[in-house]
Amino acid sequence: MRPEWTDFVGGKWDKEVNVRDFIQRNYTPYDGDESFLAGPTQNTQDLWNMVLDLQKKEREAGGVLDMDTKVVSTITSHGPGYLDKSKETIVGFQTDKPFKRSMQPYGGIRMAEKACTDNGYTVDPEISEFFSTHRKTHNAGCFDAYNPEIRACRSAHIITGLPDAYGRGRIIGDYRRIALYGIDRLIEDKETQKASTGRVMTDDVIRLREEISEQMVALKMMKEMAASYGCDISRPAQNVQEAIQAVYFGYLSAVKEQNGAAMSLGRTSTFLDVYAQRDLKNGTFTEEQIQEFVDHFIMKLRCIKFARTPEYNQIFAGDPVWVTESLGGVGVDGRHMVTKMSFRYLNTLNNLGPSPEPNLTVLWSTRLPEGWKKFCAKMSIKTSSIQYENDDLMRVTHGDDYGIACCVSSMVIGKEMQFFGARANLAKCLLYALNGGVDEVTKKQVGPKYRPVVGDVLDYDDVMDKFIDMMEWQADVYVNTLNIIHYMHDKYCYERAQMALHDRDVKRYFATGVAGLSIVADSLSAIKYAKVEVVRDEDGIIVDFKTTGDFPKYGNDDDRVDEIAQDIVHKFMTAIRRHHTYRNGVPTTSILTITSNVTYGKATGNTPDGRRKGQPFAPGANPMHGRDTHGAVASLSSVSKLPFNDAQDGISNTFTIIPGALGKEDQVFAGDIELDLNK
Amino acid sequence: MSGRIHSLESFGTVDGPGTRFVVFVQGCPMRCAYCHNPDTWPMTGGTVMEASEIIEQYERNKPFYANGGGLTVTGGEPLMQIDFLIELFTLCKERDIHTCIDSSGIAYKPDNTEYNKKLDALMELTDLVMLDIKHIDPDKHKELTAQPNDGILAFAAYLNEKKVDMWIRHVVVPGITDDEESLYKLGYFIGQFTNLKALDVLPYHDMAKKKYKELNMDYKLQDVPPMDKNLIPGKKEFILNGIRKRREELGITHHN
Repeated sequence: MRPEWTDFVGGKWDKEVNVRDFIQRNYTPYDGDESFLAGPTQNTQDLWNMVLDLQKKEREAGGVLDMDTKVVSTITSHGPGYLDKSKETIVGFQTDKPFKRSMQPYGGIRMAEKACTDNGYTVDPEISEFFSTHRKTHNAGCFDAYNPEIRACRSAHIITGLPDAYGRGRIIGDYRRIALYGIDRLIEDKETQKASTGRVMTDDVIRLREEISEQMVALKMMKEMAASYGCDISRPAQNVQEAIQAVYFGYLSAVKEQNGAAMSLGRTSTFLDVYAQRDLKNGTFTEEQIQEFVDHFIMKLRCIKFARTPEYNQIFAGDPVWVTESLGGVGVDGRHMVTKMSFRYLNTLNNLGPSPEPNLTVLWSTRLPEGWKKFCAKMSIKTSSIQYENDDLMRVTHGDDYGIACCVSSMVIGKEMQFFGARANLAKCLLYALNGGVDEVTKKQVGPKYRPVVGDVLDYDDVMDKFIDMMEWQADVYVNTLNIIHYMHDKYCYERAQMALHDRDVKRYFATGVAGLSIVADSLSAIKYAKVEVVRDEDGIIVDFKTTGDFPKYGNDDDRVDEIAQDIVHKFMTAIRRHHTYRNGVPTTSILTITSNVTYGKATGNTPDGRRKGQPFAPGANPMHGRDTHGAVASLSSVSKLPFNDAQDGISNTFTIIPGALGKEDQVFAGDIELDLNK
Repeated sequence: MSGRIHSLESFGTVDGPGTRFVVFVQGCPMRCAYCHNPDTWPMTGGTVMEASEIIEQYERNKPFYANGGGLTVTGGEPLMQIDFLIELFTLCKERDIHTCIDSSGIAYKPDNTEYNKKLDALMELTDLVMLDIKHIDPDKHKELTAQPNDGILAFAAYLNEKKVDMWIRHVVVPGITDDEESLYKLGYFIGQFTNLKALDVLPYHDMAKKKYKELNMDYKLQDVPPMDKNLIPGKKEFILNGIRKRREELGITHHN
């Protein structure tokens, strides 16, 4: 065993790259409460105040403080940057100074230019010229291959939010590998991988060999970048500070090269706790020091920034990075995976205050220890900054070393990745079904000229038949489009840093998504259980509906409509599964439009459920606002009935509740007269 | 056996211990000036539902009500539909569901033997009664609720005798129920009961105003401001003082 691994229990992990095995053999489950946690150090407070000051300046400057317009961002393109070198225990920024956004033109030069001009900057003309004339981008590649149908669907927003002009994101490197093995060992491993590729030079083998070479270049650059900060990551980390730093350098490399739609961190806390436990035991560091490392690490994650356009920010309701970190969960051997480090991560919300980034995500199981459950609840009430995901559901397919990319996309760290696929607007598809492929907003023939609905009153069976046909067509165009996008992204904007931290043969999920599920379910329910009359415009296109009578609404635990929602998800997924997918990606779908539901609503006409043209969709799999009238449990129950098998990329539900509705305030109502009397 | 149901709430967190499935029944003889559910007053209307239908809805989501939750019937006045409650709670007890009634006590008449036989049966099935005493003073009670309070106070004694756990709820309304004397007296009254398990003092709010307007009803407390919730611990202390005094007199010891 290497000297850096002293005191660790050996196993498969010391012979092959296998972080999960290392964790399982070495981690210490923690069953206690939060009382061991340390507050922020003076240095932490000083540094955080500097960040707050920069945030304020950035807001005052209209959203962007500084942008690089000359240097194309790579892992090593920028020299080291600091807030205050003497105080930072974890170092590294995307460029040579904090809050300066990097330029990343490989996704598309026009997007990079626009991100600059919209914020008052201009890309160096030489860069523009180079990426327009000499070096093709992902965006240019997509548009070279698109056909008229795809372009029409794109502009009509029946397929929407496509990652064809920006980075697809959603790929999580196993950043822990750098800490555990060091870069040199990982390069050796990649060399072995390259030597193991097939001997017949088919397209696949050629591409793989080229990709592995790119990965090795990225690994070498990571080492170089770390060295510029005075850190040696060629060898394994010797203590928890080095381990956190190594993980962060890996992540930093990824965000230096990819402005992805979601750049998530993975599942690092329990891994890092192994180092923390060793250091505490050996007296290397105190609890306060370890919390300081974690605080500084999280602080850095809160400073990740990308150059983006106002339109992008509109789709995603802000400027999110989705630095998702998955915490807790239960192992396949039945031991829970909550460690002291899980607590320390959440404790950053105390030490630095609430924040949406990093997106701290608790993998929830009924079998989590009580102390952790209580701490999570307490921190949720205090900060509203924690996301929860169902570990009991995901563990079945992903085991116990998966992480969440973006908000809900699950993947085994270092072994699985995803091709992010935005989403299909199902509400619009329903309107196309009624109008024979004519767009209700632009009046253009976008979809196929199927027979439109005739008569004035909608008939459920007739509409359902037409809707399924139209959904089949939508799925065709959608998958074709995504095949082009991912082909071009691999070709012109390959994620070499993240993929360097994956196995040679990864499982690729081919993610699709749907928007407007609750609208379609309620619309079909209205057609089935009430009377829906259509209103046609002068061209005979159905533009509005008159609904008489009541109908069951999704979100009330009412099977009459909930089953319609389940059926639609299943039928959509069946349509998607029929297709050839790029690189044999495994098709999945998601119901998770957490922010873009507003934009999709804007592009969609009146719907039979009573929603007006332009009105936002409900987020994710949420019921439409105000239609769930039986309380939160009934509402959640409707959502939880959606089939995970058909929506393996995730189902999200946005839940907001005023604290008063969660129970009585302790000060007012203790709930025990004896305690009250003895106060 | 069917009941008249106003609505169902699947995520009740303020109507008894834990997370609860809450059944709002239709119909109430009280006319409390600050009632925030005046739409539950009429004895007709609502949705007619079988007890078994309610249990079925509870069962669908029962994991949410595990860990100390259960089912609460409120309203409206639950005890106006006693036969329905007996059936509902019988089904609950077959399934080991914690049962709670949130009542004004108005349906109780000490001399109504036939009704009280049923009440005895219901109490066998009831784990907790949350009794809302609106005012300790008979005249002021009548003014506030249009009903006398003698039966209500007798109901508290009845629950004590039946050894059914009791929470007392009391809404503090500025200028109406917030004076020290009334609060102390209330405490002194409930201090005699050993089944008293909790005291829930609620600040009056005026969020019902909008509802009254929609229903075209007069809102009697138009000019009464909402109660400052920061003053509640102090108001509660007046009641607690009354309880302490009575317990001292009766030699009821505090036990932890």
